[in-house]
Amino acid sequence: MQQVFSIPKSMKKDFRYTFCPGCDHGIAIRLVAEVIDELGIRENIISSTSVGCSVFLYDFLDIDCVEAPHGRALASATGVKRARPDKFVFTYSGDGDFASIGIAESLHSALRGENISAICINNTTYGMTGGQLGPTTMMGQVTTTSPTGRNAEYFGYPIKIAEHIALCDGTAYSARVALDSVPHINEAKKAIKKAFQVQLDGKGFGFVEILSSCPTNWHMTPEEAHERVRNEMTKVFPLGVFKEVN
Amino acid sequence: MTENNEKVLIKGNYAIAQAAVNAGCQCYFGYPITPQTEIGEYLSGKMQELGRGYVCAESELGAINMVMGAVATGVKAMTSSSSCAISLMQEALSYAASDELPVVVVNVMRTGPGLGYIYPAQGDYNQAVYGGGNGDYNLIVLAPSTVQECVDLTYRAFYLAQKYRNPVMLLADGLLGQMMEPASFGEYPYPEVDVSSWALTGAKGREARKIYSVATDEKKQIQHICDLHRKFEVIAENETTYEEFETDDADIILVAFGSMTRNIKAAMKVLRNKGIKAGCFRPVTLNPFPHKQIHELAKKGKEFVVVEMNMGQMFKDVKYAVEGLSKVSLVNRACGEWLSVEEIVSSVENILKGGRQYAASL
Repeated sequence: MQQVFSIPKSMKKDFRYTFCPGCDHGIAIRLVAEVIDELGIRENIISSTSVGCSVFLYDFLDIDCVEAPHGRALASATGVKRARPDKFVFTYSGDGDFASIGIAESLHSALRGENISAICINNTTYGMTGGQLGPTTMMGQVTTTSPTGRNAEYFGYPIKIAEHIALCDGTAYSARVALDSVPHINEAKKAIKKAFQVQLDGKGFGFVEILSSCPTNWHMTPEEAHERVRNEMTKVFPLGVFKEVN
Repeated sequence: MTENNEKVLIKGNYAIAQAAVNAGCQCYFGYPITPQTEIGEYLSGKMQELGRGYVCAESELGAINMVMGAVATGVKAMTSSSSCAISLMQEALSYAASDELPVVVVNVMRTGPGLGYIYPAQGDYNQAVYGGGNGDYNLIVLAPSTVQECVDLTYRAFYLAQKYRNPVMLLADGLLGQMMEPASFGEYPYPEVDVSSWALTGAKGREARKIYSVATDEKKQIQHICDLHRKFEVIAENETTYEEFETDDADIILVAFGSMTRNIKAAMKVLRNKGIKAGCFRPVTLNPFPHKQIHELAKKGKEFVVVEMNMGQMFKDVKYAVEGLSKVSLVNRACGEWLSVEEIVSSVENILKGGRQYAASL
């Protein structure tokens, strides 16, 4: 009989699923696990984890992890990689962790060309605390701290993370992908694999921004949330590869 | 720079830096701030030359978190900074204590609060000893008083950090950092600590290891805090160190830490020449603090005068140790020019005559 489904080897067998129904974190973490399996690097990984909904990465993946305070994942990962250049080092953060409280650490890791890989989940809000305005909240978006919608006068503008990372000379790969459809999920996996591969090749900083849904805080069904990713988010945050060093 | 027993004339900051190299510090991460910048300047070249890790971090937040990442893999690593920028590291130090990461951080104190200035001071005693970060935790705090001790206690900092898996702070001050004095390095005198049972090296042929402090289980969190507390009791039992000079027959004991120790030793001699039976007591470890030893001296009826360059921070620890058994006085200045031997002597004489017990002076 043909086996059509299995859990990636890099995922823990006894994980407790902690995400909300319809959340894309589960898909993103599974893609990371599949890429780890395919590259055969599980036993050589040290990951620096983050704070936010992404905090529970170590509950899902069967890899060595060290926590970093909120926003400091890339600094921690820099320390790990400088201490053990032979290890594979990656971070997995949300947009608040990576691009708000941690933007200095993130941007400077890219500028230094740290040979590490970073995944950033962009769901346009602070999910763990119940949906507040974050660095990627779109214009007009209603959150618990922008009750009449984001406007420039009060809140300024959202950041386009992948484009900023692509501007850094130390960046080897920067892409933005989405998880709203099967084709996009397949492309997302390819991007994660490339961001990991540039590290294995010693080319520098590898980065993937993943547009993800947050049905709970967007007050939508999972289907509506994915439509929003497709119809609204990709217009503000266009998908694509913004830098690739050959 | 010397790596043997030959004595060299060397600045405190350089002594700390070279001692870190000798101790096997594999990575240094730092951001410039006076009066400790020479540590990073010296190590930038040295670490590259030795093929070790060095990053000019984007901030002190970056630097201390890089140290946390590096030491999690089992290597020795450190950062150094000063006062207002040490404040930026407090969050990470709380994490490091909870995660039991052997972080070494050097604070070459300047004055505060706020930006303050580059005058030497001892105003970060409370922050170092009582913690500037959140939650119940302890740093091991070592306070050198000479450039030679900058070497010796840097060695000890790296050893204790790994031995107890606890962050260690070397609490120096601008005076020591900028002062030149003869010192010898010898060799790193401690055994290498086996870190193989916990260090992150990739989950090859073993269970994956997770180092984190997030605690969703209340009972486990209580247990963890109690375990950390008990660990520090063991540290207090094994590692509390102090110096005593002529306390046996003393009526009055001068107490100081760090480089102020130098002046109380000199003041003690002047007082003895004047017929006043003075002694000196100097905690080397500020945390754990030698409460027991001070208490024993108080039980013998000895009085204390705490001399420090702050508004009376260690003073409270001495009073706590004395438990009201004898009089404890304070001679202090907020920052800047160190209290001179003459000032200390005249203040003690004044206190003995029944003058101001708390002699905060400008």
